[in-house]
Amino acid sequence: MSDKRLLLEVKDLKVHFPVYAGIFQRKIATVKAVDGVSFTMYRGETLGLVGESGCGKTTVGRTIINITKLMFHDAEITGEILYHMPNGEVIDFANLTKKKMRPYRSEVQMIFQDPYSSLNPRMTVQQIIEEPLTIHRPEMSKEDRRKRVLMLLDRVGLQAEQGGRYPHEFSGGQRQRIGIARALATNPDLIICDEPVSALDVSVQAQVINLMLDLQEEFDVNFLFIAHDLSVVEHISTRIAVMYLGHIVEYGGSEQVYFNPTHPYSRALLSAVPQADPDSGRATRTILEGDVPTPLNKPTGCPFRTRCPIARPDCANGFPSFEEKESGHWVACPYVEAGVEA
Amino acid sequence: MSQKSLLEVGDLVTQFKTDRGIAKAVNGVSFDVYSNEVLGIVGESGSGKSVTALSVMRLIPNPPGDIVNGSIKLEGKEILDLPIEEMRELRGNEIGMIFQEPMTSLNSVFTIGFQMKEGIMLHQEVDEATAMKKSAEMLDMVGIPSPEKRLNDYPHQFSGGMRQRVMIAMALSNNPKLLIADEPTTALDVTIQAQILELMLSLQKQREGASIILITHDLAVVAETCDRVIVMYGGKIQEIGTVRQVFKNPLHPYTHGLLESIPHPVEGSRLHRLKAIRGNVPNIMELPKACKFNTRCDYALKGLCFDVEPELAEIEPGHFVRCHLYEESTELTTKEKGIELSV
Ligand SMILES: Nc1ncnc2c1ncn2[C@@H]1O[C@H](COP(=O)(O)OP(=O)(O)O)[C@@H](O)[C@H]1O
Ligand SMILES: Nc1ncnc2c1ncn2[C@@H]1O[C@H](COP(=O)(O)OP(=O)(O)O)[C@@H](O)[C@H]1O
Ligand code: SF4
Ligand SMILES: [Mg+2]
Ligand SMILES: [Mg+2]
Repeated sequence: MSDKRLLLEVKDLKVHFPVYAGIFQRKIATVKAVDGVSFTMYRGETLGLVGESGCGKTTVGRTIINITKLMFHDAEITGEILYHMPNGEVIDFANLTKKKMRPYRSEVQMIFQDPYSSLNPRMTVQQIIEEPLTIHRPEMSKEDRRKRVLMLLDRVGLQAEQGGRYPHEFSGGQRQRIGIARALATNPDLIICDEPVSALDVSVQAQVINLMLDLQEEFDVNFLFIAHDLSVVEHISTRIAVMYLGHIVEYGGSEQVYFNPTHPYSRALLSAVPQADPDSGRATRTILEGDVPTPLNKPTGCPFRTRCPIARPDCANGFPSFEEKESGHWVACPYVEAGVEA
Repeated sequence: MSQKSLLEVGDLVTQFKTDRGIAKAVNGVSFDVYSNEVLGIVGESGSGKSVTALSVMRLIPNPPGDIVNGSIKLEGKEILDLPIEEMRELRGNEIGMIFQEPMTSLNSVFTIGFQMKEGIMLHQEVDEATAMKKSAEMLDMVGIPSPEKRLNDYPHQFSGGMRQRVMIAMALSNNPKLLIADEPTTALDVTIQAQILELMLSLQKQREGASIILITHDLAVVAETCDRVIVMYGGKIQEIGTVRQVFKNPLHPYTHGLLESIPHPVEGSRLHRLKAIRGNVPNIMELPKACKFNTRCDYALKGLCFDVEPELAEIEPGHFVRCHLYEESTELTTKEKGIELSV
C-alpha cells in the first residue's frame, strides 16, 4: 500500500551478550537475548510486542533507542534498525556511534515498566520532565522550557503545583504519568512503551491506557507497545508481534493475532489469559508445561519445540520460515493452519 | 445455603499508628470461610486485603500495628486469645500462607531442603530423615522435577514460578485446613500463573474440607478460580457473594468500575477508551466519611452518601452490598435518575 509511510524497519536484529568465566575471563557462552528479529512499523500504527518474561522484549526496545551498548558495552549487536525520518531520510540506529546517535535521541524515547526506579528520586517532577529538553533542546529558553513542562503536566493530568514534588510522593499510576510527560517532552516521533501498565491496578491501568490513546492523537507520536497482557495489547495496538526466546514467531493485525492466534505458542499464551467471566470455561485451557528455557541454552530449530504440544522431529531442523496464513498474518510454524485447532 | 464455616471473622478492626495519626487499614470486616471453598478477596492496592490476611495469621507488626477489635475463630476456636506459643503452632500447621514474593519468606542462605525439613519438624513428631523424605514428596507433588536433587538447591537457583511451587509445597507440608494465598501469581507470567492456580486448586480438591483464601487485584483470576468473592475498598467489605452473583449481577458501583476497567477485546471494534474509575484511591489518612467510595462514585446521592455510612445489606440470598442505592428508601430515586447499573 503506497499510502502507508514507513517509520521503522528492523531487519534480522541480533543482540548477544557474551558470558565470561575463569581467571582469564574467557568467553564461555553467549546469551542470545534477541536472535534474528525483523519487523516493520508504519506511521500512525501501534505495534504491540508480547511474550513471556525473558523472551527479549526489553532488549529489542533498548536496542532500538540505542542504549544497549551504553548499558552493556560488550553486547554484540548485528542487523539493521532503519529509522525513516518524517522528511524521508533513513538512518540505521544499529550502526551509529553514541555521538552520531545524539541528534536522533530526542526522536525516540522510552517509558519503563517500573515508574519508580526509572525516575531520579532526587529530582523534582518539574526537573525530571525538563531534563530531556535541557539536553536535546539547548536552543530553548528557560521560560519556554518551563511553559512546556506546565503544558505536559496538564496534559497527563497532573497539577502545576505537583511539579515541585518528588517521585516518592506519587502513586504508581501518577509516576507513570510523570514518565509519559518526560517521554513526550522533546516531541518524539516514536515512544517505546516497555510494559507501562503492567505494575498498575486494573482501574489505574485503564486511566493510563486512555491517557496514552489521547496523547498519541494529540502529539502525533507512534508507539511500540511492549506488554505481557494480551488484552491490553489488543486494545491499544494496530498490529501485534508475538516473541518467544529471542524470535518473533507470529505477527499480524491485532485482531488476527488476538482472535485467531495460530502459532502454537500464541495459542498457549492466549489460552492462559484468565477471563473475568465465570462461564469462560477454564476447562478448555492448554496449560504450557515448564518455564521458558534460558537463551543461554536455546533449543536448535524452532525455539518453542521443547514446550510445543504439536512438535515433531523436523522441528529441530532450523528456524521455521514465516508463512502468510491469511493476508498480513505471518506465522513461523509450518504445521498449523490458521483457524484450525491444533 | 447453610455451610460449615472453617473460619469466622467478626468485626475485625486492625489499625496502624503513623506520624499522621491512626490508619484504620481494616475497619470492621466480617466474613466466613466455608469448608471446601475458595474465597477470593479483590480490590485495588491499599484496600486492606493483605492486612486482613496478616490479621488472621496474627502477623501484624506491633508496633505500629494492632488488632484493636474483633474475633477470628478457626473451627470455633478464638485465635485472637491464643498465647503466642499456640499461635505459632497453629500457623503453618492449621493455616498456611503463600506470599506474592516468595523470596521474602524463603531464606536465601539455607537450602530449600533445610527450610522445608525445619518447617515439618516444627509441627510434626518426625526425625530428620522422615522430614527430608516428606519434603521431597511435597516438591514432587507440586511438580518440581528431580525433587531429591533440588532439595540441595538454594532459593535463587529456582525460577520465579518454581519458587512459588516451593512455597506452596512448604505451606502445604503440614496439611493445613486453610491456605491463605496473598497475590501468589501477581509477579508471574500468565502461562506460569495458569500452572500455579491449577496446582493450588487441584491440591485443594484432594484435601477434604480444605479451603483457600485467594487475595488478588485481578478480577479475572477470581472469576476463574473462586467460589465466592469479597470486594474490598477503604478497609471495608463493599460487596460479597458467589462469583456468579458478583460477576453476573454486580451491585456496588465500585465493583462495576473494576469490571469495566478491564480491557475486553471485541472483534470488529477499534481503539476505544476504556471506562475507568475516576480519581485515585484516597490515602488511608484521607478516607472520606460515610461511604468510602463517595469521592469516586458517579451515583453518589447528595445528603446520603456523604453523610451516612451505608450498611452491608443482603440483596439476594448470600449476596451483600454496602451501598445506599440498594436501600428501599432510595430505590425510587435511583430509578428516576435512570441509573443503568449493568456492565
Ligand atoms: N546484559 C545482559 N547480560 C546477559 N543476559 C542478559 C542481559 N540483558 C538481558 N539478558 C537476558 O536476555 C534475555 C531477554 O531479556 P529481556 O530483553 O529483559 O526480556 P523481556 O523484556 O522479554 O523480559 C533474558 O534471558 C535476560 O536474562
Ligand atoms: N506497617 C504498616 N504501617 C502503616 N500502614 C500500613 C502498614 N501496613 C499496611 N498499612 C496500610 O494499610 C492499608 C491497607 O494495606 P494492605 O492491606 O497492604 O492493602 P492491599 O493488600 O489491599 O493492597 C494501606 O493504606 C497501607 O498503607
Ligand atoms: S453509597 Fe453512594 S457513594 Fe457509596 S457507592 Fe453507593 S451510591 Fe456511591
Ligand atoms: Mg522486559
Ligand atoms: Mg496486598
